[in-house]
Amino acid sequence: MNLSDFTAEASSHAAAVDRLFYVLVGLSIFISLAVFALVLLFSLRYRRGSRAKRGPMPKFIQREVEIGWTCATFVLFLFIFWWAAASQLSALTPPKNALEISVVAKQWMWKVEQPNGVREINEIHVPADKPVRLSMISQDVIHSLFLPALRIKQDVLPQRYTYLWFTARKTGTFHLTCAEFCGTEHSRMAGRIVVLPPADYARWIEAQPEKLGLAREGEALYRSLGCSGCHATASTVHAPDLNGVFGRSVHLADGRTVTADEAYLRDSILLPGRDIVAGYEPVMPSYRGIVSEEQMIRLLAYLKSSSIKQGAEP
Amino acid sequence: MTDILLDSLPPAKPANYLEEGHTLASWLTTTDHKRIGILYALSITAFFFIGGIAIGIVRLELITPHGALLSDDQYNRLFTLHGIVMVWFFLVPSIPTTFGNFLLPLMIGAREVAFPRLNLFSWYLFVAGAVFTVYSVIAGGVDTGWTFYTPFSTLFSNSHVIAAAAGVFVAGFSSIATGVNFITTTHMLRAPGMTWFRLPLMVWALYTTSIVMVLATPVLAMSLLLIMAERFLGVPIFNPNNGGDPLLFQHLFWFYSHPAVYIMVLPAMGVVSEIFTCFARRRVFGYSAMVYALLGIGVVGFLVWGHHMFVAGQSPYANLVFSFLSFMVAVPSAIKVFNWTATLYRGQISFEAPMLYAMSFLGLFTIGGLTGLFLASVPIDIHVTDTYFVVAHFHFIMVGGTVSAYFAGLHFWWPKITGRMYHESWARFSAVTTFVGFMVTFMPQFIMGYAGMPRRYHVYPEVFQIYHVISSAGALILSVAYLFPLFYLPWSLRHGDRVGKNPWGATGLEWTTPSPPPKDNFPRIPRVDVEPYAYHPVGQSADTEGREPHRPQREDA
Repeated sequence: MNLSDFTAEASSHAAAVDRLFYVLVGLSIFISLAVFALVLLFSLRYRRGSRAKRGPMPKFIQREVEIGWTCATFVLFLFIFWWAAASQLSALTPPKNALEISVVAKQWMWKVEQPNGVREINEIHVPADKPVRLSMISQDVIHSLFLPALRIKQDVLPQRYTYLWFTARKTGTFHLTCAEFCGTEHSRMAGRIVVLPPADYARWIEAQPEKLGLAREGEALYRSLGCSGCHATASTVHAPDLNGVFGRSVHLADGRTVTADEAYLRDSILLPGRDIVAGYEPVMPSYRGIVSEEQMIRLLAYLKSSSIKQGAEP
Repeated sequence: MTDILLDSLPPAKPANYLEEGHTLASWLTTTDHKRIGILYALSITAFFFIGGIAIGIVRLELITPHGALLSDDQYNRLFTLHGIVMVWFFLVPSIPTTFGNFLLPLMIGAREVAFPRLNLFSWYLFVAGAVFTVYSVIAGGVDTGWTFYTPFSTLFSNSHVIAAAAGVFVAGFSSIATGVNFITTTHMLRAPGMTWFRLPLMVWALYTTSIVMVLATPVLAMSLLLIMAERFLGVPIFNPNNGGDPLLFQHLFWFYSHPAVYIMVLPAMGVVSEIFTCFARRRVFGYSAMVYALLGIGVVGFLVWGHHMFVAGQSPYANLVFSFLSFMVAVPSAIKVFNWTATLYRGQISFEAPMLYAMSFLGLFTIGGLTGLFLASVPIDIHVTDTYFVVAHFHFIMVGGTVSAYFAGLHFWWPKITGRMYHESWARFSAVTTFVGFMVTFMPQFIMGYAGMPRRYHVYPEVFQIYHVISSAGALILSVAYLFPLFYLPWSLRHGDRVGKNPWGATGLEWTTPSPPPKDNFPRIPRVDVEPYAYHPVGQSADTEGREPHRPQREDA
């Protein structure tokens, strides 16, 4: 393993973070040296018994100097804040066409699901030059996915999806590790991210044992778990139609309107009594403890794909 | 040690506080703020070395990347022990309970703190908390890290979380009691003429710290109580499987623990303000700016906790607000650094051990503060959160800052507390060694942290070994520097030169009473008619070489 597995600037975001970092390093060295030089100068010049002139203090030195460096510090810090914040704002939302890879963390392992259903352990294969969005959830405690070469990390929480997105510019193998203390083998919860040229990535996916794809597997689960029994249009049970539900606005019985995103759909499966859709009875049983995180990923993939089919997403 | 001092004093003088009783019982039942200060000093010294031994083993283990010495669980328990002991049983109580207790009444011209028995009670609370924590260690330790993050601490950890949390919970009440005591003392017991803007900066620092303690510590107590409730009684609060929110704990925890950083560092700022002025023979530069900076840090310090949670799943807009406030809290800290530096201008500077420690505080605090700007910047913080960069940053503030200031204060007030002077060249040696050892230990941690070395790692990639080896070598130097005073300070109790009231020629009221002070501090309550640090006339600078003339803060001196 080389240090460059950690420090390579594998994305343009990484390069931007490094730029900010090195400017701050330069600034810090400048300010420290200025302070230390003054301390050293005063220590030598005004050491006890030295001949340096003391006498009355110049008038301006108290108030004007104090106000001066207070304002200077304030403006400087404001500028750094603005610069750091501005570089962050543009990266808040991932592009719509991002490749979605699911990550399930558990003590002490990373389980990865490619969109077509290929599974990996402690390894993520991604194509270069294409935005990738990691949708992450934990099965137990809080973990944190840390990709040093991309200069990003995100805590991975139980019962709640968090996301991380990036566009890798450099191909190669880089380090991947857990950054949030998660128990005994925390320091062994490491792996690698493999950035391949897009063509190689396609070939790599092809070479894996054949998979149906997450959405197709989700469709099978949708039937075997009994979802379709009620949610199908032909069903005798009065249940909301889930065709094209993803991304739609949903009116709830208590008057709120929410967007049917991953978090909402997940909660509706596990805690169906919480957000009742307006006009329906709370008859759905909870699937808590029945649907595993991996199955949930597949169910959501299916619900999303049916949305795309219906054209609900722009 | 009390016998020696007893023999030495002429019989006519009023007895000093050390002569008021020589039995163990006389110490354990004392309500004298000075004796309670010493009880605290002995207790936290013990904890400083317990925490130090724990991290000594950790640093030894980290010399090799493969975890040759310890098991994963042993390693996790050791760094947790280090964190819990150093934060709650050394750093938080360090300066306030020792120098604060000893000096606050002396500095404001009072005979006691406002509630002497509450003061003794708070020491017993501290000891009770310590007993719980020591029990949790003997029973097998805790492996949650000092941060007790849920749901790991409540549902997954197989260690003695409840005992450790109970220890911190009880010790927290000790902090609250001390805070209440100091606030009341400062408001009610100032000597005639000791107006708010004649208070030494040390008193302002203790006062601000006390306010933060009283407001923040209850939140810690509450969050630890909720942890115990969830772990012991199964009350679902943080458990997401029952609709709880694990992030709620982080918000509560950091709402205390970020202000706790200021509980640790504000008193240190007070200590070095006394020392810079005394050893430069100068009025402090910008007294009122220094006071407002302390208060500003105290207030804004409550509003920045979210910068610990930039990657925790908090809204990115919340991140920006916390980032902005974190930059703002750095402004008053920067002003203090500039003012200390400017205090040296046109001084008559001498370099005894307290000054050397104070100067190393200034250097290390400056580096610690500047690296805080990196962590306030969201994109950099996202990369370095939970890496050694953060570890290095907060050690610069808490160890480079607070512990240096603690040693500075220990040497500065040692003659006042004991009546004897320490050995100067040994003390200078350990001051310089501390600085060198500290830089060697923590500088490499910035580099490996930015390169991507996560904290709390028992085994680590080999590429980082070189940095860990340097860091461990630095820790060895540092441990020598911290152990050395343990020999020469007690040595001075028997062999040190006796000192008069004011060996440093300082202006504070504590220097107008005998060393060691009598039980009631002052034969006559002083009357104050001058601002602090009157080392030279207003508008002048330090013109003469000697300790004199300076103007003590009392009329009849």
